Amino acid sequence: MKRFSWFNATSLTLGFAFLYVPMIILVIYSFNASKLVTVWAGFSTQWYGELIRNEEFLNAAWVTIKVAVMSSTIATVLGTMAAYVLVRAGRFSGRTLFSGMIYAPLVMPEVITGLSLLLLFIGIGLDRGVLTIVLAHTTFSMCYVSVVVSSRLVSFDKSLEEAALDLGCSPFEAFRLVTLPIIAPAVISGWLLAFTLSLDDLVIASFTTGPSATTLPIKIFSAVRLGVSPEINALSTIMIAIVTVGVITASLITKQAAVRQARDERMAERPA
Amino acid sequence: MRRFILIAVPYLWLAALFLIPFVIVLKISLSDVALARPPYMPQLDFAAGWDGFKSFFAALDFENFWFLTTDDLYWKAYLSSLRIALTSTVMTLLVGYPIAYAMARAAPEWRPTLLMLVILPFWTSFLIRVYAWMGILSNEGLLNQFLLWLGVINEPLTILNTNTAVYIGIVYTYLPFMILPIYSALERLDDSLLEAAEDLGCSRLSAFWLVTIPLSKNGIIAGCFLVFIPVIGEFVIPSLLGGSGTLMIGKVLWEEFFSNRDWPVASAVAVILLLILVIPIILFQRNEQKQREAEG
Repeated sequence: MKRFSWFNATSLTLGFAFLYVPMIILVIYSFNASKLVTVWAGFSTQWYGELIRNEEFLNAAWVTIKVAVMSSTIATVLGTMAAYVLVRAGRFSGRTLFSGMIYAPLVMPEVITGLSLLLLFIGIGLDRGVLTIVLAHTTFSMCYVSVVVSSRLVSFDKSLEEAALDLGCSPFEAFRLVTLPIIAPAVISGWLLAFTLSLDDLVIASFTTGPSATTLPIKIFSAVRLGVSPEINALSTIMIAIVTVGVITASLITKQAAVRQARDERMAERPA
Repeated sequence: MRRFILIAVPYLWLAALFLIPFVIVLKISLSDVALARPPYMPQLDFAAGWDGFKSFFAALDFENFWFLTTDDLYWKAYLSSLRIALTSTVMTLLVGYPIAYAMARAAPEWRPTLLMLVILPFWTSFLIRVYAWMGILSNEGLLNQFLLWLGVINEPLTILNTNTAVYIGIVYTYLPFMILPIYSALERLDDSLLEAAEDLGCSRLSAFWLVTIPLSKNGIIAGCFLVFIPVIGEFVIPSLLGGSGTLMIGKVLWEEFFSNRDWPVASAVAVILLLILVIPIILFQRNEQKQREAEG
């Protein structure tokens, strides 16, 4: 605390103001009665009403959620497998290529990922739509999942698994009964990360979609290109609210879990 | 057998949906346009065996890459992407470092909350965060209204659709990526080192330069790469906040593909973008590895 000077207080205040004021303005103006987003004309919730009646947005939201649930679930399974392979499988031929393929998508520009997947889908004659977006999203988000899960796998004691195997578990049972409960928090946060990445993605979805499937970011982007609109402000406010509630809930749950784990560990250490 | 399946499933998935698409991009970048739609010439004729293979490779050429060098647009776009990425990385560092520093100096019971406040925007839609600035920076926007009200300016400044708006957008959206690694480096910093430096006659400022900055070096490097690498290929920010004068390669690739429908040229643009990124990516990986070794 000693070094916490006025300078630090100022940079925190300015920094967080910079991060949050634009979003707060966005939220405030979603309740503006005027169609002109920059002129305040009194409180109104009419844009939320218009949003709910707007079929196109509702359809896009539904498509986006479907894509996000499917891709993040498949990505979590594949990403956890990949993490397990990276940390536990030891040496096998092509391991360098494998870890390269896990890390490369993390730094790949989205325009390149999108372009290359589109050329693949056209090459094999796959109709573009929900399926192709799911495939594309699964591919890049499984890499994020495997990074999150493998950092957890690295840090936990391998002898627990070995003990389970010695006591007669099959490898799969050992994974299900010992490993999975321990890495569960990482698997869940991997799923959440994959889900958010999918909800958020504009570029890759634009490349890999066809006329049959429009996701919310694509819809928002084409509306926003024409300028600021109060309906988009209302939509943004709803999305910000959902994320805020989600993140706060998640952090409370992890805090509780940490407290419980600390208590369990103390219990375990107590001599019998 | 089980181990084989465990390895094979994610392996094949990535090979099919990550590796093969790249080979296709590479191939198309070397192909000629055949009526501006697939299939591109040449096509690999498996039935012709080895001869088919040879004639396939003989027909590939670097024509699209030559085309990129003849048109100013492309290399200007690459250079301007690099310049924008470099400048905005430095700006993000200058904005992010004091915030990370103050967070690391805050009382321990406050730190988790501050950390959550930095991470929260990261979970919020990127598109929405960029969009938020459109209403603020426009001619009739809140920033201009505010400055006019203060009397700093007499007529509205044009900020939206200029490079300034692009810089603001990049610093805003990528700030968490800069703050988090620097914060985690600074948090581990032992206060007694600073006290020792001051006891030995350093002023607070020189203790900061000689102790704090070198010890947070890895965090700074990691943060800079985390901003620099994705910004080079950035599309959303230049297309929403930038103007016609904002040249960035991500935007050029997008337009080449969606407006001009010139896939071979778009693929060639992508291949060169990737070549540019290889160096910073390798440097970044090396830094990460060094850090892991230092910790482990």
